[in-house]
Amino acid sequence: MTRPTDLKYTPTHEWLRVEGKVATVGITDFAVEQLSDLVFIDLPKVGAEVTKDSRFGEIESTKTVSDLIAPVSGRIVAVNTDLIEHLDLVSQTPFAKGWMVKIEMSKPAETGNLLSAADYQKQLDAEDH
Amino acid sequence: MTATVERTPLADAHLSAGATMVDFHGWEMPIRYSQIPEEHQKVRLSAGLFDLCHMARIEITGKDAVRWVQAVITNDADAMAVGDARYSLITNEQGGIVDDVLVYKLDQSVFIVANASNHDKVLAWLEAHKPGDADATLVDRTREWAMVSIQGPQSVRILDPIVKLIDVSHWDLFEYYHISRAQILGSDVLISRTGYTGEDGFEIYPPAEMACGLWSAILEEGGARVSPIGLGARDTLRIEAGMPLYGNELDESINPFEARLDFAVKLKKTMPFVGRDALLAIRGKGVAKRLVGFHVDSRKIARQGMPVFQGGEKVGWISSGVPSPTLGIPVALGYLESRVTSPQGIEVDIRGAMARLIPEPLPFFSRTRRRGDRAL
Repeated sequence: MTRPTDLKYTPTHEWLRVEGKVATVGITDFAVEQLSDLVFIDLPKVGAEVTKDSRFGEIESTKTVSDLIAPVSGRIVAVNTDLIEHLDLVSQTPFAKGWMVKIEMSKPAETGNLLSAADYQKQLDAEDH
Repeated sequence: MTATVERTPLADAHLSAGATMVDFHGWEMPIRYSQIPEEHQKVRLSAGLFDLCHMARIEITGKDAVRWVQAVITNDADAMAVGDARYSLITNEQGGIVDDVLVYKLDQSVFIVANASNHDKVLAWLEAHKPGDADATLVDRTREWAMVSIQGPQSVRILDPIVKLIDVSHWDLFEYYHISRAQILGSDVLISRTGYTGEDGFEIYPPAEMACGLWSAILEEGGARVSPIGLGARDTLRIEAGMPLYGNELDESINPFEARLDFAVKLKKTMPFVGRDALLAIRGKGVAKRLVGFHVDSRKIARQGMPVFQGGEKVGWISSGVPSPTLGIPVALGYLESRVTSPQGIEVDIRGAMARLIPEPLPFFSRTRRRGDRAL
């Protein structure tokens, strides 16, 4: 699949769009497919602090519950509350209307370690998906 | 021990249909083909086709076949006429459930369908409890006979053109929990009006060699009215229908009365069976816990093992839970200690957050079973 190349990706299947100091975060099409039938999402409140690589929420499907992992550290400045009633936005447009939170980054340099679209695909290939 | 995963005769058909396969108790099985709620609704609204080849199929033949079976099942095989099917438990000396099975009285034998998860256990149990002088033989038919099921309101309409019933003269006279010989595509099969969904439906037992032909023929005959359905939807359907699953609602620490399966226990049948004395005592004393159905007041799913509380005290646990596609709300099955008499204030701990549970009479939904009067 051709994923947006202006985004960064994580090994735990989140994506990140950077605009100035603010990063928008969601999960990838691959994560959506693995989860299958989505039933519930738990997102933090505006103002919450998050740390890179720690859990900022969870997403539940009929099969399982998965943690959402923060790709960068900072403060939550926006939450996509549309997802509560319309979780299908995540499965249908994971990179656009399926965005989950916006983080005002405290350490923008953390984005340097994230994967490009090509490297993310390489990781998926290596894991034999 | 390295377990090789067995493939049913239909495994390639599932893969061609785009199924996601999983190792289910040693069998490569389809968990879903599209989305589970979609498959679920297809069965409720029209028809679905299930590969059930993983289930254990055991035939007891010989003069004393019925006597052997009577010694291990809670239901009464003597009261069955040829062609009857009965749901039964196999219990241990303490009355704990070893497996739940369907028992069919055929013309010259007794046919038992057991859970895939208990295949080896049931074979061993039957052998171990064979009455010493019984003139009977156990034959494991699991690989010889396949098993497919069609469930849903369109089932008869789809089967009629391709199935020639032998022991029943007309579909309208084919009773629920009954089995008949039939001919499909020139082969002799068995077909029972049974199922695990709460819908009208049939379970068909063809010779393994014609399983693929049968699968294709049903899909072709049904066209848009039928879809293949995976184990994921099979689970959501049976929970809505209030039907227990071994490993969730049933295990050896649970007796049939706790699981609301009183109807399958015939304590007065002439032949004593393993566990009868224990069950007589339990029937007298009362049960320590009871299976209850719940609506879950949350979007999150209450899952097996989650503890249930009332007034701050732990009073039970969840055995199964799913979002109910038909009802639109999450539902769950669980066990509550018998001291719980009020339906108020019951909660489940879902990963640290409490959600209200509202007891509901079982089944949540069924076209074939009557809803209970009481939730608790």
